[in-house]
Amino acid sequence: MADPILSLNGVSKSFGPIEVLHGVDFELRPGEIHALIGENGAGKSTTMKILGGYIDASGGEIRWQGQPVSFASSEEAEARGIVMIHQEFNLAEHLGVDQNVFLGRELKRGWRLDHAAMRGRAAALLDQLECHIDPSARVAGLSVPAKQMVEIAKALSRDLRVLIMDEPTAVLTERDCEILFRQIERLREQGVAILYTSHKLSEVKRICDRVSVLRDGVMVRSAKVAEITEDEMAAAMVGRELSDLYPAKAVPADEVMLEVEGLSVPGLIAEASLTLRRGEVLGIGGLVGAGRTELAEAIAGLRPRSGEVRLMGRTLPAGQVKTAMERGLVYLTEDRKGAGLLLDKSLRENLTLPLLHRFGRVLIDRRAEEAALDKAIADFAIRAPDREMPVGNLSGGNQQKLLLAKTLLSEPQVILIDEPTRGIDIGTKQQIYTLIAELAAAGHAIIVISSEMPELIGLASRVLVMHAGRIVGALDGDAVNEGAIVRLAMGLGESNGEAAA
Amino acid sequence: MTMATTQNNTGRTRGGLNLQVIGPIVALIALVLIGMALNSNFLSYANITNVLARSAFIGIIAVGMTFVITAGGLDLSVGSMAAFVAGLMILVMNQLTTSLGVSLPVILLGIALALVAGLVAGLINGILITRVGIEAFIVTLGTMGIYRSLITWLADGGTLSLGFEMRELYRPVYYGGIAGISWPIIAFVVVAVLGEVVMRHTAFGRHCAAIGSNEKVARYSSIPVARVKLATYVLLGLLVGFAVVMYVPRLGSASASTGLLWELEAIAAVIIGGTLLKGGFGRVWGTVVGVLILSLIGNLLNLTDFVSPYLNGAIQGAVIILAVVLQRKGGTER
Ligand SMILES: Nc1ncnc2c1ncn2[C@@H]1O[C@H](COP(=O)(O)OP(=O)(O)OP(=O)(O)O)[C@@H](O)[C@H]1O
Ligand SMILES: [Mg+2]
Repeated sequence: MADPILSLNGVSKSFGPIEVLHGVDFELRPGEIHALIGENGAGKSTTMKILGGYIDASGGEIRWQGQPVSFASSEEAEARGIVMIHQEFNLAEHLGVDQNVFLGRELKRGWRLDHAAMRGRAAALLDQLECHIDPSARVAGLSVPAKQMVEIAKALSRDLRVLIMDEPTAVLTERDCEILFRQIERLREQGVAILYTSHKLSEVKRICDRVSVLRDGVMVRSAKVAEITEDEMAAAMVGRELSDLYPAKAVPADEVMLEVEGLSVPGLIAEASLTLRRGEVLGIGGLVGAGRTELAEAIAGLRPRSGEVRLMGRTLPAGQVKTAMERGLVYLTEDRKGAGLLLDKSLRENLTLPLLHRFGRVLIDRRAEEAALDKAIADFAIRAPDREMPVGNLSGGNQQKLLLAKTLLSEPQVILIDEPTRGIDIGTKQQIYTLIAELAAAGHAIIVISSEMPELIGLASRVLVMHAGRIVGALDGDAVNEGAIVRLAMGLGESNGEAAA
Repeated sequence: MTMATTQNNTGRTRGGLNLQVIGPIVALIALVLIGMALNSNFLSYANITNVLARSAFIGIIAVGMTFVITAGGLDLSVGSMAAFVAGLMILVMNQLTTSLGVSLPVILLGIALALVAGLVAGLINGILITRVGIEAFIVTLGTMGIYRSLITWLADGGTLSLGFEMRELYRPVYYGGIAGISWPIIAFVVVAVLGEVVMRHTAFGRHCAAIGSNEKVARYSSIPVARVKLATYVLLGLLVGFAVVMYVPRLGSASASTGLLWELEAIAAVIIGGTLLKGGFGRVWGTVVGVLILSLIGNLLNLTDFVSPYLNGAIQGAVIILAVVLQRKGGTER
């Protein structure tokens, strides 16, 4: 086995008075794919940021090829070939894709920028990633997975020795994941050391050589992937055995809660129709870009649309988010940083934002807000070291839980959830699945949009599949399986009779 | 866990926000101390009242500006808007005097007109920005030019003056007061206190901060973004009208140079007070401190003679830049 290229020796890290990493030992070797797993807030991102030179350790030693080093900045780490892709993207939104890929390392001819060469190389990198976006497109207009691909292209454009990726697959569809894995494997052949985090244990099992488990800032286990089962990984993360991931499915009643008829959004959705019953969990599958998010946003009043939407029998006017919320329909966004949470505000301010009028007539009742936050923290098991901290400093998974709490605060009847468990650890995933099942059992109607097949299959009693802006199929009961969803999602033929209904 | 939470709570306010919170207050205290050392008249009742009364106009406008900036907007037109509203008010009051005589109703009608005119002017800015979707900077740059030119035209390049008797009747609104505190100061205090309460304790204030912080998040949180933004401009316009009501009795006239550069002073006061220029966080009490700092600098230079009052602008400029630098130090390290 090769000697470690980058390692941590008894590293600890404190933010203010709170220590979040306690004496972590860790070794990363060239030519290995190493997974770092752990619950939300366990300290994975923090560990990676220390390795990537983004933040300093409070104690302990970082070693580069056996020699203690300290990186004054991420540039110093990058100069050694250590590149990190963050959980939250680090792209200049208003610049083009090619400009982002070469940001800070622009190719020049003489003193002038060599635009043609940069565009050409960016195009080649994107091609390698089988990502068909225009290298001159502005990043701001790209979808989340496309942005992720740009980040990856950016990393690939450098002289890589160590690649660190924080939950790269959380925002990718299965197909994009496969492409990413091929690239990672190619890099492994070249002797690059790869460290990444993921909450998808099956993926870790399949792709990785080694796995290290963090629990509450302590490295509790490090093992060859071949020597550890998925269940053992989960148990090490959570510190206890986990029961079944998916709860029993509720049986829907007959009463129709939501009816959508011939809904169109110009250029994005064509003639979508669906019905949702009380107590039902309806899944919507499809590739990213198929229009799932747009459909949900259009229903919730966040996008202009044509067509008819009836909520509990009453027509819902288009483009009115507030009315939709007041009548009991809410949408939980997939883009928690861009559209979900105010990252520089506290937990309390985020939680009550959509519903401030319920907290006091004229003046806001601070105590009622605090009580609501107490309840949310308890109900959703949110782990925040400090209630007053900006939510941008919460771990990704805890942000997601807060977003769920915020969206459900108005006690809606119909809930559209987009990627409910993106970036959420397995223990919490189970809690969220249970929560969804309980909501359904209590008579709510829920639509779950997800790129994770097992999630759709495990949660939904019925699954609609979208392709290129259309609902191309409906799968029911036993017909809900991975093969059928994938076939429909790729646009390979309609399913059964009730298809595009 | 809970224990750590509460402890940390206070620790953070003391540590993290330190400079940002107390910076402006320290600067204000320093200015007062310097003033006391330089001139024994500085703390006299007459001087302090004078400084406060004069800063009331900018102050009232700056409170409104705090909301606009907090919600991610900007309004460059307030100075010329004030001049225009003042001119309009004087013209109409002079007209009314001919029919109604020198009487209280004329004053009341004049006040109502100023408030309505300010409100409408704010509404126009707001509609162009939120409904037509033009950049706030551009819209208000445009209306700034328009109002400035309108007042010049109304005054025919000269000065519009309130009739002498009318002026005498209206005078007490600036020069009078209760318990030795003049009306403009009382008005400023009331506006500031209300503003602070609205900003910190009402849904409107929270919504402004949310929109300035991330408009998309605000929209997805079912906040009526356009309406709230519009409301900030209308509020500001209304406060401009209110400031004019206090201003006209002071000189009894308006000209092309009335309210010149008020917009910049108001914006500067807001920023010095710790509100973020890019929006997302605002505090009205900070703005009040900012206004006081700016007017004390001017006052000090007038009272002492080793720095020329002509350098007023330079010193104010330096203070603005310094304030922003200090805030950044306090803000970015996380
Ligand atoms: N800048 C910061 N200030 C204060 N606390 C922080 C900061 N950054 C992270 N933390 C805290 O440190 C802990 C570890 O966070 P980290 O982001 O490393 O978790 P994670 O394992 O990556 O979780 P997730 O799976 O949810 O992304 C969390 O409790 C988090 O709130
Ligand atoms: Mg993380």
